[in-house]
Amino acid sequence: MATNATSFRSKYRAATDHIVTGLAILATVVVVVPLVAIFVYLMLKGASSLNLDFFLKNPVPEGESGGGMANAIVGSAVLLGIASLIGVPIGIGAGIYLAEFGRGTRLANAIRFTADTLNGVPSIVMGLAAYSLIVIPQGHFSALSGGIALGIMMIPTVARTSEEMLLMVPNIIREAALGLGLSNWRTVLSITVKTASPGIITGCMLAFARVAGETAPLIFTALGNAFWSTNPNQPIEALPLQIWVYATGPYEDQHRLAWAGALVLIVLIVLAVSLVRYVTSRGVLKGAS
Amino acid sequence: MGVGIEVTNLNAWYGTNHTLQDIDLKIPANHATALIGPSGCGKSTFVRCLNRMHETNPIARVTGTVRIGDMDIYADAQPVEIRRRVGMVFQRPNPFPTMSIYDNVASGLKLNGYKNKRSLDEIVERSLKNSALWDEVKDDLKSKSGASLSGGQQQRLCIARALAVDPEVLLMDEPASALDPVSTSKIEDLIFQLKSQYTIVIVTHNMQQAARVAEETGFFLNGRMVEFDSTHKIFTNPSDKRTEDYITGRFG
Amino acid sequence: MRKFLNARGNSAFADRVFKWLMTLCALSIFAIVLLILWELMLRSGMAWHKFGFKFFFQPGTRDRYSGLLNYWDPVNGDFSALPFVYGTVVSSLLSLVIAVPLAVGLAIFLTEMCPKILRGPLAFITELLAAIPSIIYGLWAVFVLVPLLREHVNPLLSKYLGWTGLFADTNPTGLGYVAAAVILAVMILPIISSLTREVMTAVPHSQREAVLALGATRWEMIRMGVLRNARIGIVGAVILGLGRALGETMAVTMVIGNTPEISKSLFANGSSMASVIANEFAEAVSDIHRSALIEIGLALFLVTIIVNAFARFLVWMVTRGAPARVH
Repeated sequence: MATNATSFRSKYRAATDHIVTGLAILATVVVVVPLVAIFVYLMLKGASSLNLDFFLKNPVPEGESGGGMANAIVGSAVLLGIASLIGVPIGIGAGIYLAEFGRGTRLANAIRFTADTLNGVPSIVMGLAAYSLIVIPQGHFSALSGGIALGIMMIPTVARTSEEMLLMVPNIIREAALGLGLSNWRTVLSITVKTASPGIITGCMLAFARVAGETAPLIFTALGNAFWSTNPNQPIEALPLQIWVYATGPYEDQHRLAWAGALVLIVLIVLAVSLVRYVTSRGVLKGAS
Repeated sequence: MGVGIEVTNLNAWYGTNHTLQDIDLKIPANHATALIGPSGCGKSTFVRCLNRMHETNPIARVTGTVRIGDMDIYADAQPVEIRRRVGMVFQRPNPFPTMSIYDNVASGLKLNGYKNKRSLDEIVERSLKNSALWDEVKDDLKSKSGASLSGGQQQRLCIARALAVDPEVLLMDEPASALDPVSTSKIEDLIFQLKSQYTIVIVTHNMQQAARVAEETGFFLNGRMVEFDSTHKIFTNPSDKRTEDYITGRFG
Repeated sequence: MRKFLNARGNSAFADRVFKWLMTLCALSIFAIVLLILWELMLRSGMAWHKFGFKFFFQPGTRDRYSGLLNYWDPVNGDFSALPFVYGTVVSSLLSLVIAVPLAVGLAIFLTEMCPKILRGPLAFITELLAAIPSIIYGLWAVFVLVPLLREHVNPLLSKYLGWTGLFADTNPTGLGYVAAAVILAVMILPIISSLTREVMTAVPHSQREAVLALGATRWEMIRMGVLRNARIGIVGAVILGLGRALGETMAVTMVIGNTPEISKSLFANGSSMASVIANEFAEAVSDIHRSALIEIGLALFLVTIIVNAFARFLVWMVTRGAPARVH
């Protein structure tokens, strides 16, 4: 015997369910549409400002048109080179420790936790530390200090991705190597790391792309440089730095260049993220069936 | 030429689990010896003690003596040295996925620094022939990866890889259990041929397999070795009642 | 062959060196934290010595001539970080207010309601957006968001919500706390959403099924079977978003107005801890000025570490199978 109260209650519950579903869909739309719109806006605005000059020419004096960001691109390359020299070997080494030697130990758990927490520290703090560590004793700004700041940022990221990739290598592969009489270090390097290398490399690429877009740590380490420079001991220009200066300046031409620079950065990042997804989803690491 | 193995008072633990208890046996040279027993009886652990793979597990422990030839493998040498003299083939085929067939077979040598190209070519060919895989892969040695072969071929590749370092003993831990019957019989034929050159110890779940390939058989139960004798005797007239129960299928 | 291999000897020494090297690399992560702490404490010593803990909540001195409260005075070497703490807190909290409902709504949609085909692309988009650098969000904010706010959103907010006192005096530039909060919300949304998804998927199916078996609607199943169990983890995800918002530098610097003042109006220009460092450090001339900025940096470092560690702990509690207590 269905009373009015019962049917009201069940109608109420059904209505609530529909409302909430609607809200969730609304939230998704409110989120996804603008986010995609940002993306597309960036691509379009950037593409319309991008030309060959961008890559080949240095900046021209303010107010003039033309010119490019060649020195910023090269500067970024130098900075990223220094950063990778520090971040990649140490990061992979830490990942090897976490996966091959420290598995399950408390030390490894503590290191992993610290690495994750470090990833959440604002990058400007890294810049301050590099300023204190290198710029002050040296007495001048330099690409080296900027590269070191970026390199330190790479270490936790590379360590975690390397660890994840190494853990995916099936244990029977390691056993095969040990059973052959290969020494432990040989097994780790030539077999385990080699098997995981597609994943490890893309993990490095991800860290690389991430620091490529970092501005804050460079403001008072690399500082920026109006001229062409590749000297690690001198201030150097970088793409994100240049974008910042141009975007916050009054000149229309510089704004154009800023958009173009932003597009270059975005393309780099999309490539890196897509590559990582491809490698990890395809299970390129499948060993013996 | 293979060598004999003499095991005295071997005990093994996984943490607090006393997996092997007071094992004594002598495995004759150039014979195939089968180890049978129900799941969890310790036969795999036993075999892994023979090439010091058991201790790769951080909570593993071993006491007792194992002599391979004239060498006490725990007291006289390091694990890496032993494993070069004792080869192992695992239950599931595990070729190195990033290497070609050639590199897989040569890996035990190349990664130990052996560089002589012509000699390597010979060794690879000989090993592949000895594992009855040569004819099937001889045209794709360097172009195909080790992981692209079928299951049975992969296992023979692993055998070739183990043979390439010219061990004196070959340990096989249920080598055919993951394979189809055709591949299984190919591997059994292989064992027949190989035992003239090596001492083979094969762990198997399959009693008919033991009967087919091995001269001696050992029956393991609950971490102890119950009986060790010629295969013929074990399967027709076992001395221990437990052996008889297992053989006739009363358990296991 | 046996001769060759037997002559290779054993590798115990090389193995030990290798292991030692790898361990050193891993320990470098601890070293980095300690290094940052050390350097920041070292250089902020001067400011700490002069101002003490009051540095962070010292009220400003009223300027004789203009009558305004002056907190941050590089010329006279007198510094109070209060406006930056205020700006950081206001912009971060406001960004959470905007981002959290949307992020959780998105997560619910993706985990419980979304058709399978859409799930992959949507997750991919979220991942991409989390990877976009701050400077690019800032660029977009300056040229698109701020004019949008200035022309269309702020006047509406002022008209309908002005009674709260928070939305008085629209800022003619469109910069200010609101602009900062909006761009922060956009930036932290992907993180909160993907972590919420992670904790929601960690809730075992048996929980969902148990609630459904009682005759619940889908929303009731989500509320009682999933959200209740994942509650701790969702809080963790939100706190992680907060942690990111607290330290965000470039995008905030470009739209917050960079004025070291405290205002009630959310439209007013302000400044945040990270943004003042980015703005002033390179040109700071006096040691005390730099030291004060570094002290702000140290505070930022400690706060974000604590917030992040706490947040990760909460998420870990749900995803590692610590039984989520149902209150």
